[in-house]
Amino acid sequence: MSILLDRESRVIVQGITGRMAQFHTKEMLDYGTNVVAGVVPGKGGEKVFGVPVFDTVKQAVEATGADASLVFVPPPFAADSIMEAADGGIRYCVCITDGIPAQDMIRVKRYMMRYPRERRMVLTGPNCAGTISPGKALLGIMPGHIYLPGHVGIVGRSGTLGYEAAQQLKDLGIGVSTSVGIGGDPINGSSFRDILERFEQDPDTHVVCMIGEIGGPQEAEAAAFIQEHMQKPVIAYIAGLTAPKGRTMGHAGAIISAFGESASEKVEILSAAGVTVAENPSVIGETVARVLTRKAA
Amino acid sequence: MDIHEYQAKEILAKFGVTVPQGGLAYSPEQAAYRARELGGDRWIVKAQVHAGGRGKAGGVKLCNSEHEIQDATNEMFGQKLVTHQTGPEGKGIYRVYVEAAVEFDREIYLGFVLDRQSQRVMIVASSEGGMEIEEISAQRPDSIVRSTVEPAVGLQEFQAREISFALGIPSSLTQQMVRTLQGCYRAFRELDATMVEINPLVVTSDSRILALDAKMAFDGNALFRHPHVAELRDKSQEDPREARAADRGLAYIGLTGNIGCIVNGAGLAMATMDTIKLAGGEPANFLDIGGGATPERVAKAFRLVMSDENVQAILVNIFAGINRCDWVAEGVVQALKANPVDVPVIVRLAGTNVEEGQKILAKSGLPIIRANSLMEAAERAVTAWQNDRKQNTKMRAV
Repeated sequence: MSILLDRESRVIVQGITGRMAQFHTKEMLDYGTNVVAGVVPGKGGEKVFGVPVFDTVKQAVEATGADASLVFVPPPFAADSIMEAADGGIRYCVCITDGIPAQDMIRVKRYMMRYPRERRMVLTGPNCAGTISPGKALLGIMPGHIYLPGHVGIVGRSGTLGYEAAQQLKDLGIGVSTSVGIGGDPINGSSFRDILERFEQDPDTHVVCMIGEIGGPQEAEAAAFIQEHMQKPVIAYIAGLTAPKGRTMGHAGAIISAFGESASEKVEILSAAGVTVAENPSVIGETVARVLTRKAA
Repeated sequence: MDIHEYQAKEILAKFGVTVPQGGLAYSPEQAAYRARELGGDRWIVKAQVHAGGRGKAGGVKLCNSEHEIQDATNEMFGQKLVTHQTGPEGKGIYRVYVEAAVEFDREIYLGFVLDRQSQRVMIVASSEGGMEIEEISAQRPDSIVRSTVEPAVGLQEFQAREISFALGIPSSLTQQMVRTLQGCYRAFRELDATMVEINPLVVTSDSRILALDAKMAFDGNALFRHPHVAELRDKSQEDPREARAADRGLAYIGLTGNIGCIVNGAGLAMATMDTIKLAGGEPANFLDIGGGATPERVAKAFRLVMSDENVQAILVNIFAGINRCDWVAEGVVQALKANPVDVPVIVRLAGTNVEEGQKILAKSGLPIIRANSLMEAAERAVTAWQNDRKQNTKMRAV
C-alpha cells in the first residue's frame, strides 16, 4: 500500500497544454502513471501525448472516471483551478504552482470546507514538487528514478531538499512507500500533521522522515501529534538554522515571524516529542538507516 | 512588499479610517512649507523609512516652529536611520512626512495579519498601544484581544463591536471604532495586504479615533492585480543587491559571512548555509536559482555572488533531477570560463548522471574543487577559504 496515490489512481493534468506541463506529463506517463485526461478551457478535443483534453474538470471526470489531479496552471488562475477540481469530484489534488496569492489560498481552503468530509478533496501544495508512490505512480515534477520502492514515508516542504533525502536513502538501498511535498507556502492544502496521520495508518510505511524548515506553526503541531498519536518512529531535519529573523528565504512561508518558528526552536520541540533529528542534511539517510536498524532489533 | 507610512495612511483613509492631516516633503524647505499649509503651532516630523522603531532612533521629532522643522529635517535628509528593525546598515531618509500634532487620551495597538494557524486573517488588538506588539505580548499578554475573520463573509459588525468593548473604548465611539476596523479589513482584503498595523490608534482629547501611525505590507504574489500598489515600491529602501537579484528572478538575501552559496531550491539553499556553519564557516548569502539550474541562471548567480566583496569562496550545490548533472556541469564550466572568479570554487553535484558531471568538471582545466556530499563540500569550502585568506595575508606581509 501507499498513501494518497497508487497504480489505480486515474490522473488528470489541469493546464496540460503548457510547455512545462507537457514535459512533466510525458515524464509521468513514462513512469507508469495512469494519466487519463487533461483540462484546459477552450482546448477540449485536442490531444497531448495521446491524452484527451477537456474544457472542464467535470467533463473529464465524467468521461474518464478520474479521481486525482495535478494543477499546472499559472498563479493568477491556479486557485480557480483547484476549486474546479474540488467541485468536479476529484479526490486528491496536487498543486505545483509557485506564487499563488495567499488570500486566494485562504479562499480555496474555505471553499473546500463546503463539502462534507467524505466528499472533500485532499489538497497538497501549492508550491511543491508533488507526490510519488515509487514503482506505482508519480503525480508531480520529481525525478522518479531517485526513489526506490520501500517502507519509509517522506513528507517535506522543499523539492530539492526532499530529492537529497531520497537519493541518500537510495544510495543506502532504502526504499520509500510514498513521498509527499506539502509545499513552501504559508497557507497550504495539507499540513505535516495531516500527512503524518495517513502514514501512521498505512501498514506499508514503517518509519517517517519529515523535512521541515523555518516559519509557521506546522512543525510544532506535528510534534504534538507525534507525541500523542504516533507509534511509528519519526526522523526529522529542519532547514534554516542560519536564516536571519524576519526575512523570507525563497519560499513564501519560510520566514521567522513568531516564537517557535526558528529552526533551533523547532528542533527542540521535535526532539522533546521523541523525534530523532538529523543534525545536518548530509546524514538524513544514515539517520533513517540507524532508526530502521534499531526498530528491527 | 512594504510601503511608507504616508502611503499606508492615504490608502486607509480611502477605506474610511481617520488619519491626521499631513503633507509629504522632499527637502527641509518643503517641510517648513507643509507645516505652514497645515496651520497650527506644533507639528510632528516623521522620517519615511521602511522600518518600525523610528521614534527611539530619532526619526520622529516634535517641532514648535518652522525654524525647528528646518533644523530637524536638515539633520534627517540623506542620513541612514538605524532602528532595531533595519540592521546596522540602516535605511536612507529621502522623504519626511509632516503632521499637525494631536492631543490624545489613550493609545491602542491594532494589527491585521495572516494567521498561519487558523489560515485566516486575524485581528490582534491591545489597550496598551505605543509599545510594540512583541513587548505587549511579553509584558501585558492579558491586554491582547484576538479575532479571526471568516473569509466567506468578511469582518462582521458584532466582531468589531466586541473588540471595541474589550479594549474599553467609550460606547459613544463604538461606531467610529467599527468603521475603523472594517475599513482596515476591507483594505487588507481588497488590496491583498499581508499586514496592516496601526500603532498607535488613539482616542483624541476631542473624542475622535485617529490612526497616528500606519504600516502596510502587500503580498508580492498578488501585485499583478494591483498595479497602483505595485507603483508604491521604493527601491531606495531595499538592499541594492537583493533588488537587482529579484528583478532577475533570483531569490537572494545578503548575509555577513565569506562563503558565497549558489544552490537550486530554497530548502536545499537553507540546508547548504546551515552545513557551512556546522563546518566552521559563515555563509555570505542565501541564493536560490530555481529548480532547473540552467547555465544562464548559473552564470547570473556567479556574477551576483561575486558582486559581494566579502565573498572569499563560492560553494555551488546543485541537485540535478530531470536536468542531468552533466548538463549542469557544462553550465558551471561555461559560466566560469565566461566570468573567471578569483576565489576558490567548490562544486558539489548530486542526482542524475553524477559521474559524468564530475568528469566534465575534472576535464575542464578549471581549478574547481569537487565534493561528493554536502558536508564534504562545506568542509572543503571552509578549508579553501581559510587557506586563501592565509595566502593573501602572507602576500600583503611580503
